[in-house]
Order: sequence, then structure tokens, then C-alpha cells
Amino acid sequence: MRQKREPRNAENKGKKEKTYGIYFLCSIIFLYLLLFVLEPVNLQKALRASWHVLVHICPALLFIILFMGIMNCFVNPRTVSKYVGKGSGIKGWFLAVCTGILSHGPIYVWYPLLRDLRNQGMKSGLVAVFLYNRAIKIPLLPLMVHYFGIPYVVILTGLMIIASIVQGHAVEMIERQISNET
Amino acid sequence: MNHGKQNDDKKTIVSSFYKALRSFGTAFPVLLGVVLLLGLFRSFVPSRILSAVFTGDLLRDTVIGSLIGSISGGNAVTSYIIGGELAKQNVSLIAITAFIVAWVTVGIIQFPAEAGILGKRFACVRNVLAFFLSILVSIGTVKTLMVIQ
Repeated sequence: MRQKREPRNAENKGKKEKTYGIYFLCSIIFLYLLLFVLEPVNLQKALRASWHVLVHICPALLFIILFMGIMNCFVNPRTVSKYVGKGSGIKGWFLAVCTGILSHGPIYVWYPLLRDLRNQGMKSGLVAVFLYNRAIKIPLLPLMVHYFGIPYVVILTGLMIIASIVQGHAVEMIERQISNET
Repeated sequence: MNHGKQNDDKKTIVSSFYKALRSFGTAFPVLLGVVLLLGLFRSFVPSRILSAVFTGDLLRDTVIGSLIGSISGGNAVTSYIIGGELAKQNVSLIAITAFIVAWVTVGIIQFPAEAGILGKRFACVRNVLAFFLSILVSIGTVKTLMVIQ
């Protein structure tokens, strides 16, 4: 009975998410139409900038879709739960930090994959850790060193990893508290 | 027998990728909305406006740095370049660090996508925590740097 209800819940969530997305997109399009009347020159610039972003993220989007397909093929909830689920322990935190640092592309293209992983049992805290560590971009560190120096970059990177773990624990604690209350 | 297994494998692969595409399709309208919002931000908020709001007061500048970093979006490189420019204008390193950390960890522009896909509660909690952590990380970084040097 429970097994039958879970896919239906996921389907309802998907429908809700799609409706929300369409409303959000429509409101942005409305904003564009409004600005087309008020600021047509800047709007052209905005459209060009958006197109530039879209072209830039295309490879990342394709990679994520491919990755999601592979995950669906080979990874089942038991595997997810073992590595990043409730019983994953330090290994899970370590994995979330490392994959967060190594992941590429804009943060928002990772949301659908993380949602799927969480639906399969990934802890919310580890999702937060992954997202926080995406801020550490190894290929960009030399540029940061150029502006601020090596000691600054080393300290900042170390503190950001620590902050990500603090955030992960805090997210879990808050979510646990809220779900206990409701 | 072997042929049947191969067919099953093929079906599994096709259905896995179909599922992935459908899952991504659900998230696509909100992702497209965020991309359009980023375009608006880039053309309507030039970086010189961002650097003009710092006042010279350490605490205030740190909070302002975090706030501006939170509402800004785009490549992290841009935040380093603006950070470098702010340093030339003698804005405190704590404020600059708060700005850079908030830029990459807090996402107001991406918030609708995060809330729609990962849940409103999760997105709220994560972003609020990231905002306060950006201030703490910036203070910790600069104070540690001062101790070392």
C-alpha cells in the first residue's frame, strides 16, 4: 500500500513543480514584456546576456541529463542510502564535500539531480553540503590567488569546507525539528 | 535467452534516460526563468553600482557585502574581479570576503528554482544559513590571516 502511494506522491510533486515552474517562467516573460515597453535597449542587452548564459550552460545541462540517465540505470535507493543516506556517516559527508568541489556548471543545473537523489534517500544535510562546496572552484583558485594571495585562499577554502559541514548539520537539525513539530 | 536479456537491458537503458529527460523537463521552465532573470540582472545592475554602496564602516560594510553578494548572480570570476576592484578602493577585506562568499553560496536569483525543485523550506533554511555563514567565514578568514601575518 505504501509502495503504491510513494510513486503517486512523487508524481504529484512533479506536477506541482511543473506548475510552479510555468507560473514562474510566465511571470518573468511578463516582466520582459513590461521592460520591452519601458527600456527596450536594456532589454535587448538582457536577452543577449540570457542567450549567452543559456549557450554557456548547454554542455553542463547535457552532462547532467546524461548523468541522471546513468544514475537511473545503475544506482538504486539502497546504493544511495549506503553512500549518502542516513547511515552513511563520515563517508557521506566526505563524499558530499568532494563531489561538491569537483562538480562543474551553474548551481541550478544540479537541482534536478539532487532532488532525484534525495527522493532516493540522500540526506538533506548532504545536499546542503554539496551545494555549499560548489562555491569552491579549483580552476578559479589561481585567479583568486592573483587578487588576494595564497594564504588568504588557503584559509578561505578551509573555512568554507568547515562552514559547509556546519551548514549541513544545521539544515538537518532544523528540518528534524520542524518535522517533529508538524 | 541471451537475446532476451539484451532486450531487457536495452529497455532499462531507454527507460532510464526517458525518466531522466522527463525529470529534467519538469525542472526546465524554472531553470529557463532563472536564466532570463540573470540576463536582466546583468544588464540592469552594472558592477560600478555594486561598488558604490560601501560606506567605510566595517560592520555595516560586511553586512552590505553579504547582501550584495546574495542578490548578485553569475560566474564566480566576476565576484573576484569586483572584489579586486573593491580592495583598490580601500573597502575592508572582511566586507570583500563576505561579498565573495555570499556571491557563491547564497542564491537569491536562483531561489525560485531551488525552492521549486528542492522545496521551499530547504531553500529558505539553506540560504539564510549561508548568508550568516558568509559573515562568519569572512571574519574568520581575515582574523586568521592577521594572526598568521
